[in-house]
Amino acid sequence: MSHRLLLATFEHEDDLIGATTAARRTGLRIVDVFTPYAVHGLERAMGLRPSRLTWVCFVCGMTGALGMLWFEHWTASISWPVNVGGKPWNSLPSDIPVAFEAAVLLAGFGSVFALFGVSRLFPGKTARTVAPRTTDDRFVLVIDETDAAFDADRVREMLEGFDVVETEERVITDRTWFRQRRLSS
Amino acid sequence: MSDADAPLRPPLITGDKSLSDITRDICVPMERKPTGLWWAAFLVSAAALTVGVAAVWYQLVTGIGTWGLNRTVGWGFDITNFVFWVGIGHAGTLISAVLFLFRQKWRTAVNRSAEAMTLFAVMCAGIFPLIHMGRTWLAYWTLPYPNTRGPLWVNFRSPLLWDVFAISTYLLISAVFWYVGLIPDLATVRDRSQPGLRRRVTSILSLGWDGSARTWHRYETVYMLLAGLATPLVFSVHTIVSMDFATSVIPGWHTTIFPPYFVAGAIFSGLAMVLTLMLIARRVMHLEDYVTLTHIERMSLLMLSMGCIVGFAYGTEFFMAAYSGNPYEQFVFKNRALGPLSGAYWTMVTCNVVVPQLLWFRSVRRSLPLVFMIAILVNVGMWFERFVIIVTSLHRDFLPSSWAHYIPTSIEIATFVGSFGLFFTCFLIFCRIAPAIAIAEVKGAAGLKKRPAMRRVDAQSSAVAPGTVAAETAKPAGVS
Repeated sequence: MSHRLLLATFEHEDDLIGATTAARRTGLRIVDVFTPYAVHGLERAMGLRPSRLTWVCFVCGMTGALGMLWFEHWTASISWPVNVGGKPWNSLPSDIPVAFEAAVLLAGFGSVFALFGVSRLFPGKTARTVAPRTTDDRFVLVIDETDAAFDADRVREMLEGFDVVETEERVITDRTWFRQRRLSS
Repeated sequence: MSDADAPLRPPLITGDKSLSDITRDICVPMERKPTGLWWAAFLVSAAALTVGVAAVWYQLVTGIGTWGLNRTVGWGFDITNFVFWVGIGHAGTLISAVLFLFRQKWRTAVNRSAEAMTLFAVMCAGIFPLIHMGRTWLAYWTLPYPNTRGPLWVNFRSPLLWDVFAISTYLLISAVFWYVGLIPDLATVRDRSQPGLRRRVTSILSLGWDGSARTWHRYETVYMLLAGLATPLVFSVHTIVSMDFATSVIPGWHTTIFPPYFVAGAIFSGLAMVLTLMLIARRVMHLEDYVTLTHIERMSLLMLSMGCIVGFAYGTEFFMAAYSGNPYEQFVFKNRALGPLSGAYWTMVTCNVVVPQLLWFRSVRRSLPLVFMIAILVNVGMWFERFVIIVTSLHRDFLPSSWAHYIPTSIEIATFVGSFGLFFTCFLIFCRIAPAIAIAEVKGAAGLKKRPAMRRVDAQSSAVAPGTVAAETAKPAGVS
């Protein structure tokens, strides 16, 4: 199945945020928005939930810290106990720095790879930019036309109120593209 | 509303730029053929690197008996240079992570090159302890891996081992932080370049980035997490470096002031290096509109404050020695200021404490040649600080019969020169192959709002559009 989409291009971030908010308020389905930089306030306008990647980071960090603490304890007091200056085998305070570094390393790599996984970013992927200038100076709002709430005239009028530069209708059949944006394909 | 948008603050970028102007201005220097000045700098750096490679090869083949170390002074140029280079790296993380958490928008102009600098500086730092191990080819013995010697594990109680973990984590996390920041900019370069090698390479490295707001939303979350992780990391790294000294029982090293003193010194020297590099880069790459006098002035103020902290630490060290009642501690500090290496000590005090006081004057902070001179002197001073800490504490042993002197050999000096060669060669190549300024971040922080006259939004919508209020007062954005 394919989707008919309306691509509205803007020149300024405040127009984009205004149009996105208005579109969402009238019940239109916002497929995605493409911007050259992280526009603050856009996630609120689109109604995106806070990212759950923070949990990935927390779990990875805890795994790193606890795993390394266990490993240090195991090597120093179980596998091969070595008497270093008469210090106790399980000298916890001196295990903290390395456990901390392991936590940071695992949390950092874990959240970055989780980001790559969730956003389907991988080397060799062909970028499907909706318009060539979205990585330069254009903001594109993509609205689902097949949605019941879509009224072509009213939508156009609304977009013009926000100084839309260009609107374009496009049919997209790429299945992965939809799956990523939680649309049925 | 962030205060960077307020009209009372000077604009972050000058020259009335539009979004596409920003893309063009930052990408053009790396798309053009390199200038003569770049080639000259590159040849000098590559020559220094060659000298270093030859010296490293010679000492690997012959052994570190080629160094001027002796039984009393067991650490000299090697560890001085190690601490010097690790310290340089710290400003990169300060600017990219700590200032990010503090919402300092001016950081966007310098964070990319500061992060690159971190990466190269940590690489340079790594060379010295690796060679000092003696049998460098067995360096992997510092990692805990199952082996046929027992397995015999590493000693997790030793600060030197903590250093192995701290420095390698720091290198890896800095590299990831830098790369994650580069992804959207690589996509920008990809979309504006013609089919060819540059487009192929940036397509692979930008991982199919398409600017989707969903991805940006997650990306911002991860960037914040990385900044949050890198901030305690950077403090831990130099804290652990200082513990290499502080946990020993050498007078002059065995002190609890070392962790904060080292971290402040590291950031101080790193800021000096960032200023040195940015003052050259903005001129050579014509980025005067992005790295403005305001940026230079703010970095100068940071450098001044760090210099004051370092000066305070020097004073505290002397006070603690006097107050401790420990004759060895008192002797070491008297010897530092008045002994055979007093020249190094007073160079350090002059460069790190006296000279930066000039930065209290606004006219000095806004004079590029003066700031450049001060930054160079701070670099020199901070190198001497490490030399003073290491060599003056060692060369007068508890037993006067073991007292010795330390003079670096030509091999040690050549290795040091080579590390500068490596650093500048890497930095010059970086300026040619990647955007030297974070394009997407500058666009986001520039506050390019719409011209008030162009607004035709009904009151209801404008109430929900952040930035509208500032748009009434902000400088009009140039229309491309």
